[in-house]
Amino acid sequence: MRLELGADQSRMSLLEKVWQINWGLVLVLCALTAIGLTALYSAANGRFDPWASRQLIRFGFGVVVMLAVALVDIRIWLRAAYPIYFLALALLVLVDVAGQIGMGAQRWIDLGVIQLQPSEVMKIAIVLALARFFHGASQEDVGRTAFLMIPGAMILTPVALVLKQPDLGTAMMLMAVGGAMLFLAGVQLWKFGVVAALGIGAIPIAWQFLREYQRKRVLTFLNPESDPLGAGYHIMQSKIALGSGGLAGKGFLMGTQSHLNFLPEKQTDFIFTMLAEEFGMVGGVVLLSLYSLLLVYGIIIALGCRNHFGRLLSLGLTTNLFLYVFINIAMVMGLIPVVGVPLPLISYGGTAMLTVLFGFGLVMSVHIHREVRIHRRAMLGDL
Amino acid sequence: MDRDTDRYRNLTRRTLLLGGAKLGLLSTLVARMYYLQVVDSGRYQVLADENRINLRLIAPSRGQILDRSGVSLAINNQNFRVIVTAEQAVRKLEETLDKLSGIVPLTEADIRRILREVQRKRAFVPVTIKENLTWDQVATVEVNTPDLPGVSIDVGEIRSYPFSEAAAHVLGYVGAVAESELTGDPVLSLPGFRIGKNGVEKAQEAVLRGTAGTFQAEVNSVGRVIRELGREEGHAGREVTLTIDIGLQQYVQQRLGDQLSAAAVVMDVHTGGVYALASNPSFDPNNFTMGINAELWEELLSTPTAPLTNKVIAGQYPPGSTFKMMVAMAALESGAITPHHTVFCPGYMELGDHSFHCWKKGGHGTMDVVNGFAHSCDVFFFDVGHRVGIDKIAAMCRRFGIGERLGLDLPGERPGLVPTREWKLAHTGVSWQPGETLVAAIGQGYVLATPLQLVTMTARLVNGGYAVVPHLTKAIEGGEPERTSWPTIGIQRSNLELVVKGMVAVGRPGGTAYSVQIPDPSMEFGGKTGTAQVRRIGTAERNNGVRNNLDLPWRERDHALFVGFAPVSAPRYACAVIVEHGGDHTATPIARDILWECQKRDIARVMFGGPSADAGPAAEPPAIGIITTAAGSSPRKKGG
Repeated sequence: MRLELGADQSRMSLLEKVWQINWGLVLVLCALTAIGLTALYSAANGRFDPWASRQLIRFGFGVVVMLAVALVDIRIWLRAAYPIYFLALALLVLVDVAGQIGMGAQRWIDLGVIQLQPSEVMKIAIVLALARFFHGASQEDVGRTAFLMIPGAMILTPVALVLKQPDLGTAMMLMAVGGAMLFLAGVQLWKFGVVAALGIGAIPIAWQFLREYQRKRVLTFLNPESDPLGAGYHIMQSKIALGSGGLAGKGFLMGTQSHLNFLPEKQTDFIFTMLAEEFGMVGGVVLLSLYSLLLVYGIIIALGCRNHFGRLLSLGLTTNLFLYVFINIAMVMGLIPVVGVPLPLISYGGTAMLTVLFGFGLVMSVHIHREVRIHRRAMLGDL
Repeated sequence: MDRDTDRYRNLTRRTLLLGGAKLGLLSTLVARMYYLQVVDSGRYQVLADENRINLRLIAPSRGQILDRSGVSLAINNQNFRVIVTAEQAVRKLEETLDKLSGIVPLTEADIRRILREVQRKRAFVPVTIKENLTWDQVATVEVNTPDLPGVSIDVGEIRSYPFSEAAAHVLGYVGAVAESELTGDPVLSLPGFRIGKNGVEKAQEAVLRGTAGTFQAEVNSVGRVIRELGREEGHAGREVTLTIDIGLQQYVQQRLGDQLSAAAVVMDVHTGGVYALASNPSFDPNNFTMGINAELWEELLSTPTAPLTNKVIAGQYPPGSTFKMMVAMAALESGAITPHHTVFCPGYMELGDHSFHCWKKGGHGTMDVVNGFAHSCDVFFFDVGHRVGIDKIAAMCRRFGIGERLGLDLPGERPGLVPTREWKLAHTGVSWQPGETLVAAIGQGYVLATPLQLVTMTARLVNGGYAVVPHLTKAIEGGEPERTSWPTIGIQRSNLELVVKGMVAVGRPGGTAYSVQIPDPSMEFGGKTGTAQVRRIGTAERNNGVRNNLDLPWRERDHALFVGFAPVSAPRYACAVIVEHGGDHTATPIARDILWECQKRDIARVMFGGPSADAGPAAEPPAIGIITTAAGSSPRKKGG
């Protein structure tokens, strides 16, 4: 049955594909968004405007994009992987150049309708490109150090461009997702050890290249109480909000820290703090469980897929989601320095939401086309 | 295909490893959440409340100060302020202030200060434009509020002293809290809070201040009040009733006004209550409440007659002949002389190779104790002093309140000085000379006393030898009653009577105060005159005739003193007057007028049924004394 279906999968009708959409996954995404809308409603002191209403519209748009992406054949995504990567790279160079010719440090390109953030595009593009690359690599290839020069360059080039913006958070994410892809592809563990050792050795050098405000963030992270009204203020207030929420929280719309404006950026980067203040640790754990469920979906879909490209794609994209979630929550709890990473589907703002939904569109495409077999050495024309 | 299976197996392993790592990291997040939200939750709840709840203090009303019959001496007036709240000032603030200056005059400097404060403070914090508005200004501002966006009227309290100069040294004044005066009472750090800086205002600060109320408000991160959470009313300061009779106080202050620098104090000889306490020149305590301006302050400090000094308690003077009572008392009590002791006064006394002169060049002839007082014969007291010795005189002084602080309830009391042999050796390294006893016996040399000590001495002499302690506080709202009974100081009655007889003789024919005696025999006063030399008189000058005081520059003239009591039939009032550099006998007429006024006010009260000034115990003497034969007048024994 499954095999039969698999045999037919290359010629599935649209209706059959819709039938194959993983609606459970869609449901979890909707649940998360619903929590996000609740939080935004609270952040606006019990009003839909200005945040919750717009976020809902964005989500609607994002879901349409996600489903459209899901229905596109996985082989088309394989073929488009490199072009998308190079397009994203070009866009990164473009914002860099635009920044240099006097428009100030910009991270996005204004397309009129939406503001396109090339670094966000790159988060998906790098997964696509690396999945494409390792799809075509044999175990022996991966074992050769020289062979790894190409994916290394594929990761480091955008990282360098993003660092130049400067956007430490995104650079970290790109590094991490790139690393995860190499790990999944089977690169020997000792090579990671060598890179990690080199990286630690490079910290004093890297310190020289950090901007003043970035250094301050790192220092503040190391000792937030040192400057309670200055740079450490945000983290202190965030911890106070979280801690005072307790196990069960202060209740919906009752968060004093958020509603009296002690909490900064409560509708964007610090939205988790507000949720955990109002719904306590219980609320926080529920949210983390929903995200974990998405990660489990990613693993199940990857392991149920018959082509290597799809497996790597699904795992890479869910790793992306994990990184968003982990970096954001660890930041607001004072575990890592303050970096501007939003909480996907919850924080106000369209870019991260679109990135994540686009990503899950691809994961769903992997799921729909899980029985499609693509030969390792398949030439583009063979697909 | 095998290769792909191989790759798949490898990927599965790595996937599970990566998934495990993710799970581990997410667990760290949960652990951190547990730590913050469960383990440390209490601490953060406190911090959150500290953030959110702003405790504001409401300044308590300062207690009033009343005179003995309930007349207000220090009150709180309403202080109308015009304030502006920047966020409510829709139009330009300068424009509004410009319009406002048509009602309330504002200088360029005022406007600059206001604009600066507005810039510095948050937009919802009101800034004071001007204080102490008149009622007309308040009304005009109120009527024009539609044209003055953000401007409003605020009412505060300001301390006011209706009798201004008349009771300045008693009441003291209030002023802003200095850094060194912060005691931890949070109310002290309220902006504009005033505390007592001198006088009763300082002495009774703890009673007058009251306790602050609190106002709990929820505030947001910039401090704006979101809602009121709770309010606890404070307690206003308590009322303090003084023993002062403000009518008499005004009279005394005004009576001293003719003199450049003088002080007077009147007290009840039985209770110790001070009826009047005045020091001239005085100052207006109202100038201090809003912060005194630098010019006036400089002037008060640099004036040589020291308007800010309360000379009754802080002025230390050689007591001159008023000290003679102590010399006689010491001699009588120790048995150095008998009550019938006589001395022949040739105008001088020789001791060693020195000769000590009486003020009367030709001498007084034979003097007994009573005559010695009446004529203030110096030689008589040289002799008596020489017989008794300085240490016994000093010991007697202590029993009468001279030479140490009496503990009047005012800040700034000074101890005076009564020398002893031991003291002189310790302070000068030279042993006591017999001649110095003679100088001390007429209240000169090292001896120093404050008018307060002299009046206390007089009171203890005429009240039958009871250790009254002068005090100003008659009652504190909700506090203990005034102390009016005192232990005896253990002096033989006959000796007291003899010395008082001498003091009565001072106001009788031949006495040094007879010329100014009160014409009404029922109000007769007794006492002792005194003149304290400020400069040394050389032999050459003495031979050529001592220069008249009026020919000397003011600073070199003698101090004039008088201690007295009245009426002689049943002493009730004791009075001490000092006129700095007053020359001869300028203090006596003042003391006479004060003692007369005291008794006239008593009669007026009895006859016209005015408010009874004294609610004290039955120790009250009759308002009109019975005329007794002068010499036989004896101090009334204290009742109860």
